Amino acid sequence: MTIKEIIEVTGAQLICGESNIDNIIEFAFSSDLMSDVLTQDSDQVLLITGLSNLQTIRTAEMADINYILIVRGKAISNDMIRLAEENHISLLQSDLSMFHISGLLYAQDLKPIF
Amino acid sequence: MMRTNYNVEGGDFTKAGNVASCVKKTLKQLNVNAKIIKRVVIALYEAEVNIVAHAYQGHVTIDIDDQYITMLLKDKGPGIEDIDLAMTQGFSTASAKVREMGFGAGMGLPNIKKNVDELTLESEINIGITLCLKVKLTE
Ligand SMILES: Nc1ncnc2c1ncn2[C@@H]1O[C@H](COP(=O)(O)OP(=O)(O)OP(=O)(O)O)[C@@H](O)[C@H]1O
Ligand SMILES: [Mg+2]
Repeated sequence: MTIKEIIEVTGAQLICGESNIDNIIEFAFSSDLMSDVLTQDSDQVLLITGLSNLQTIRTAEMADINYILIVRGKAISNDMIRLAEENHISLLQSDLSMFHISGLLYAQDLKPIF
Repeated sequence: MMRTNYNVEGGDFTKAGNVASCVKKTLKQLNVNAKIIKRVVIALYEAEVNIVAHAYQGHVTIDIDDQYITMLLKDKGPGIEDIDLAMTQGFSTASAKVREMGFGAGMGLPNIKKNVDELTLESEINIGITLCLKVKLTE
């Protein structure tokens, strides 16, 4: 799925990282635990998370994750956007819950990483 | 051989990851294999976050030569009473504040171990810990 398709399916809003919009993503991973995210070793993955702080972006940077979807309408700070842009990370935001988003995307083409 | 030194403030989550981020940029410039870079920065980031989450203050020394990266993290803090227990997946003494930041699953140290070639951890109670991590940069 492309970021564009993910936006269409979930109604999520693109916060930054527009240049990635046509990139193809195969896998997704839902977690609020950053150490959990750091144990997975695939790269082209969408991180679905309810954790919205600078460490979310830092963790993605370290794990080579380029796509993050923040659920439940959690506020995204300017520092987060700045760090995401610096690392070419696309940030998406949705009011839906993690379960809802995961279900919608699972029903499409996105696969779990394990 | 290239040596860089950094300070890490305990409790300051806004800066947690700055050291790992700098090292990642350096290794990219040195054209190190992406998979190896990822192993290095994940281990270093977890160790850096541990200083922020569990200690008061830390000092990090990074040495890079043409074969290895050696990461020495020395902190002033409570130390670790039972190192074997701390290395066990799921063991955590993280505070509520640390958990709010997305950490405290007790997965950091086991994941550090998984990603490095050599690990030594020394602890002195109420003084601090010294963690030395080594990763081979060439395949
Ligand atoms: N630098 C340190 N100083 C004092 N205690 C530490 C330090 N690093 C780790 N510990 C102790 O070891 C435990 C396990 O560490 P580990 O990194 O595996 O998990 P965590 O930091 O609690 O959670 P996670 O890393 O999953 O976010 C910690 O909860 C803490 O009790
Ligand atoms: Mg930890």
